[in-house]
Amino acid sequence: MLTIDQLTKTYAAGDTALRDVTFRVPQGQVVGLIGPSGAGKSTLIRCINRLVEPSSGTIHLGETDLVNLGSRKLRQARRRIGMIFQEYALVERLTVMENVLSGRLGYVPFWRSFTRRFPGRDIENAYRLLDRVGLIDHADKRADALSGGQRQRVGIARALAQEPELLLVDEPTASLDPRTSRQIMRLITEICAERQLPAIVNIHDVPLAQQFVDRLIGLRAGRMVVDDAPERLDEAMLTEIYGAEDWSATDQDDDDPDPDGEAQGTLRLVGTAT
Amino acid sequence: MTPNASYPRRWKRPPQLVTTRRWRLALPLLILAYLILAVGSLEVDVNRVVEGLERGARFVQGFLQPDFTSRWGDIRQGLIESLTMTLTATVVGVLISIPIGIGAARNLSPRPVYLVCRAIVAVSRSLQEIIIAIFLVAMFGFGPFAGFLTLAFASIGFLAKLLADDIEEANASQIEAIRATGASGWQLIHYAVQPQVMPRLIGLSLYRLDINFRESSVIGIVGAGGIGATLNTAIDRYEYDSAGAILLIVIAIVMLTEYGSSYLRKFLQ
Amino acid sequence: MSALDTRSGEPTHYSQIWTFRTPRARLALWAGWLALVALFVWCWQVMNEGTLWIFVADAPDQAVDIGSRMFPPKLAYLPELLMPLWDTLNIATLGTLGGVILAVPVAFLAARNTTPSALLVRPVALFVIVTSRSINSLIWALLLVAIIGPGLLAGIVAIALRSIGFVGKLLYEAIEETEAGQVEAVTATGAGRAQVIHYAVVPQVLPAFWGISMFRWDINIRESTILGLVGAGGIGMKLQSSIDTLAWSQVATILILILGTVVVSEVLSARVRRALI
Repeated sequence: MLTIDQLTKTYAAGDTALRDVTFRVPQGQVVGLIGPSGAGKSTLIRCINRLVEPSSGTIHLGETDLVNLGSRKLRQARRRIGMIFQEYALVERLTVMENVLSGRLGYVPFWRSFTRRFPGRDIENAYRLLDRVGLIDHADKRADALSGGQRQRVGIARALAQEPELLLVDEPTASLDPRTSRQIMRLITEICAERQLPAIVNIHDVPLAQQFVDRLIGLRAGRMVVDDAPERLDEAMLTEIYGAEDWSATDQDDDDPDPDGEAQGTLRLVGTAT
Repeated sequence: MTPNASYPRRWKRPPQLVTTRRWRLALPLLILAYLILAVGSLEVDVNRVVEGLERGARFVQGFLQPDFTSRWGDIRQGLIESLTMTLTATVVGVLISIPIGIGAARNLSPRPVYLVCRAIVAVSRSLQEIIIAIFLVAMFGFGPFAGFLTLAFASIGFLAKLLADDIEEANASQIEAIRATGASGWQLIHYAVQPQVMPRLIGLSLYRLDINFRESSVIGIVGAGGIGATLNTAIDRYEYDSAGAILLIVIAIVMLTEYGSSYLRKFLQ
Repeated sequence: MSALDTRSGEPTHYSQIWTFRTPRARLALWAGWLALVALFVWCWQVMNEGTLWIFVADAPDQAVDIGSRMFPPKLAYLPELLMPLWDTLNIATLGTLGGVILAVPVAFLAARNTTPSALLVRPVALFVIVTSRSINSLIWALLLVAIIGPGLLAGIVAIALRSIGFVGKLLYEAIEETEAGQVEAVTATGAGRAQVIHYAVVPQVLPAFWGISMFRWDINIRESTILGLVGAGGIGMKLQSSIDTLAWSQVATILILILGTVVVSEVLSARVRRALI
């Protein structure tokens, strides 16, 4: 379980990326993080595993206080947090298997990783994960030989190889086509359900988020402005997050606008149609 | 997915570079054999090296406590020669390399001109500056004039090649568009080629200025003037503190020209 | 035309004078060129203060003289050159090897994203690179011959010292250009510093590394052919002694051999680079 309390991040240049963000993610819950570009979604996710150092506030994963860890303890904590990236962030010139095994780097000493002699259990597990994401035949291929969707599956397998207690997912579908995006989102949510994994998914495709996540948090200029179940998201909330815009206009063919059900209906439609 | 399948517990990274098994075994052996042979043919006089280490320490000391004053007259003379021949050689090299570069561009020049110009470029590029300097010193006598000719000759090959490659890569549709207006050959070069290539040419000239200065510190060793001759004398006389001073000056000027040329390039673009 | 007329409602009269640049910019440009010409003339005069123009006028005769002495090249001299050629190849290869081995740590210390300290270590590494780059291998050889005595070792060390700067500079630029995302991803798994470098940075710079090393080897072959002029072994020593004894036909043979070696090494290096990348 993840608890974030009063998290604030101010960059050296003086921009405040996050302001007093507070929420909890219970076991098995998939949280969608939405908001305009620059709202601090990426910063929030990176504060949790401290790829970005938070300025103040606390973050607890279970009993561990993530904010005040020394570098050794921080690495141990990072092992418990799997991360999936926009643009996959695979090491392109390594094989798929090496990419998945790199999820175990925090557990093996340097000389073992240097000679690529990972424990048998890790390798077995890596194969199992590759099978789970449907890529077992591609284990010996180089990562840059795969398609976008396949690469993101490798990214998922790498994160799961860490046997994490929490998944951080940063724009997993940003560079994928609509169909692959849905497959990837489905895979992530299925896996979270299987393992009772909590996850924070940073996503800008609102309809896609609505369809797959259990809860939506909206950020605007570093503040949490919405925290609700996805099916209750309405126009007022969207305006709150993204600013004024004629949200119904996404469906131009509809001549008979029905403001109440419209926003949701339209969003759903977009989600399934694309 | 098969839920209860068992998965392998071993994995070996597939070979990436050398995929045939025979070569994978043979290659390290060949490399090892070469290294043994090569190192074996070294005749190292251990005593001489040990003796040299002490001298090396003295050189490092000279480098750390350079003596600029006692040989300042020679250093000054060498520096002036180096700097003047660097500048004149670069200017002349650029001027000559422009027609040759245009001549060596396949998309502009008739075939015979192209071949002649490419041949000039090839000769200029494949001969070491030092070797050219030896010949030019033999022909023109000692002094910076031979050095100037050497650097100019080397610059021509370098600049003309890059210029020609640039022109060949220049946007063909722009050249076509100007040609379609009925422009003559010279107008074509002026309107279609020059604007595309000019910024690069300035950048390359400044880069070559940099290289020419570095080379000017070397060709003095064979008598072509410049700071290299002063350095050679200093080392021959075991005056490591003066040698250190010269090297420091060379390093400083190289850094200065590098900074200066990158600044100037940004300014001109 | 009519559309223009109706829109502006003013008589259509356009200036017939059009200039490429503003007057001030043109003035500055002309002043710049003038300064360059003046500088050139001044440099030319300073440089040629000591030039004896009699020698210069005499140069064509000298050239003809030397040319006639060079031709025909003395091919019987070739067998005597094989051993020095082998030495030259060894100087280049072992020197490159040594230079590359020394350059790798320097590059990692100099790259902004892998250096342990941008304030203390990085400037030192950059200084090593600049020093090595500004001093030509022939000067390194000159120094080393004076220090550890004439011979192959001086040549090898000279080539190695000169290569550090070249390989180090290109390699640290390659390291700085690595994709930060891949590094971030491996860091996020809880990997240690060394593991991050080995898994995320090394695979990305490996092709550049091989390319740079082969490229430098090719350059080093060229440079090692002349190191003998200052006593650092190899075929350059034969060149020096032939020049000293004015045996121009031997010089011609040596030059042909050097050209051949350079061409072969260039082709070889280009091929290997293409195969590796």
